[in-house]
Amino acid sequence: MTGNTKPVTVPEKQPLILGNQTFKSVTDKISGIVEAKTPKEWYLAFAIAFFGMLLLLGSIGFLVWDGVGIWGLNNPVAWGWAIVNFVFWVGIGHAGTLISAILFLFRQKWRTSINRFAEAMTIFAVICALMFPGIHIGRIWLIYYFFPVPNQMGMWPNFRSPLLWDFFAVGTYFTVSLLFWYTGMIPDLATFRDRAKTRARKIIFGIMSLGWRGGNRQWQHYELAYLVLAGLSTPLVLSVHSVVSTDFATSLVPGWHTTIFPPYFVAGAIFSGFAMVMTLAIIARRFYGLEHFITTQHFDKMAKIMLLTGSIVGYAYATEFFIAWYSGSDYEGFTFINRAFGPYAWAYWIMITCNVIVPQFFWSGKLRRNIAFLFVASILVNVGMWFERFVIVVSSLSRDYLPSSWDYYSPTFWDIITFIGSFGLFFTFFLLFLRFLPMISMSEVKAILPQADPHNSEGHE
Amino acid sequence: MADTKIFGMLAEFETPAALLKAAVKVRNAGYKKFDCHSPFPIHGMDKAMGMKRSHLGFIIAIFALIGAVTGLGLQYWVHSVEYPHIISGKPLFAWQAYIIVMFALFVLFGAGSAVLGMLHINRLPRFHHPVFFSDRFSKVTTDGFFISIEADDPQFDLRKTAAFLQEIGGIHIERLEEQ
Repeated sequence: MTGNTKPVTVPEKQPLILGNQTFKSVTDKISGIVEAKTPKEWYLAFAIAFFGMLLLLGSIGFLVWDGVGIWGLNNPVAWGWAIVNFVFWVGIGHAGTLISAILFLFRQKWRTSINRFAEAMTIFAVICALMFPGIHIGRIWLIYYFFPVPNQMGMWPNFRSPLLWDFFAVGTYFTVSLLFWYTGMIPDLATFRDRAKTRARKIIFGIMSLGWRGGNRQWQHYELAYLVLAGLSTPLVLSVHSVVSTDFATSLVPGWHTTIFPPYFVAGAIFSGFAMVMTLAIIARRFYGLEHFITTQHFDKMAKIMLLTGSIVGYAYATEFFIAWYSGSDYEGFTFINRAFGPYAWAYWIMITCNVIVPQFFWSGKLRRNIAFLFVASILVNVGMWFERFVIVVSSLSRDYLPSSWDYYSPTFWDIITFIGSFGLFFTFFLLFLRFLPMISMSEVKAILPQADPHNSEGHE
Repeated sequence: MADTKIFGMLAEFETPAALLKAAVKVRNAGYKKFDCHSPFPIHGMDKAMGMKRSHLGFIIAIFALIGAVTGLGLQYWVHSVEYPHIISGKPLFAWQAYIIVMFALFVLFGAGSAVLGMLHINRLPRFHHPVFFSDRFSKVTTDGFFISIEADDPQFDLRKTAAFLQEIGGIHIERLEEQ
């Protein structure tokens, strides 16, 4: 060794929150959004979203009136867009839980800028998801067959069926996400209460914040409850979509009956969810001027997670093909050749383009910080992930074991309207959330500011 | 109006560090019934105030286990007792298939007890509290750092406690009254 070693330069860490924020400026910025007059653009967006929701309600009404025959379902393809949409929406929710729970346990401080609205996204996405199997049963007034409740027929649901597991898994997921979201919001609702000028706001936020006083004797239990919620939600990130995948994997349909499904679905869910978080974050950040809170650094990190999960998804596509060939099963082999070159090849290649090729651009640091590129890429990933579910559901069902029963599936007008309407429902809730609730967690953002660390400020003795 | 009862004394501090240091001094002075209010949890405050570990974890563990047992019991009762049917050749007590619902109820009961248990221990919701009568206290959810010492504390003395709070760096010291 020569004594001529160069000093190692450690790159300086970029602060997570920019613009030299103080505790007060954080509160002013986030509360100000809710306290200000409703922007005109919000009304416009809300009108569009609300119209979408009305479309949904109308199409559900017609569905209940006329039956599932209004959809494009046919004899081999008894699961059409409704199930595609269900898996699509549940998957989107997973990123919110990953951000709020797993990143919390890993002490990823950057999550504080995006966790609140990612959690909101989770809840609204799961509402959209739960709606689809509910209306898919056709006779909606018999939905209580799902629940283990005593009834006049003395009948009970079959707990050995993955469809019932799914009901419990997604139901639990929704409830826990809601609890997590609300618990995280209590200190911020107290901020709204304390800033409230009008009597109505004082009463509403007073009730919603439950009388929070910010005493450390409260924080202590609060922090533990939050930690436990994160701990309990962490396995949910992995388990919920795994259970959803068992709806497929425990059946005998070629292309579904594989053990790779749970991890493959989970990776896809996180991938699609981050794409949705990114789309929403880019719009909200731009519109509400939150560039100091959601910085390019945040997008860079989200893009890295998308690169990872997108690559896992791409790898899973390849593995499926390999196993179909390696298993020597004629049906499996045919199903995958049929996916890539059969009547649904167009959907398959949209899926490959959006899910495998698009995230590979995220190897470039420049593109990971290019907001316009990220916006386009995140929408493409959302499209691709919807097509993934379409390919899985429809291509396998339309051509399974018996060629005489093969049929081509195409959606009807009502399928399309219902799907568009579910976006209306989602954005109606999301816009109401942006307008009336704290979209960024103020108490958590303050806690990661440098001056929040008591050992960081002046006056060491 | 009838005589107002004194609830305690409130003092404001400027930074999280000042609050932390003051908390140590309040504890060393022998006060037991005091609390440090801040807009966010301050690292090291539990130790500074000499607080014991939260026992919420035990409550959650018990309820989560009750959830899992409920899940197992429900499925056992449905398929082995109340409605015994063999479906797709699976045994009546197919415990492997029951794990997912057990897990779901484990998480559901655990999460529910975490939130409700936290609220119960913190005695929330409580919409009416003497600290809210202080006008300055509304800063606590933005950038205010406060210490409140309750009159129930044996050490509490109107004049001495006020002087003490001033001595340890408190500003805007005020009396809190029950109303």
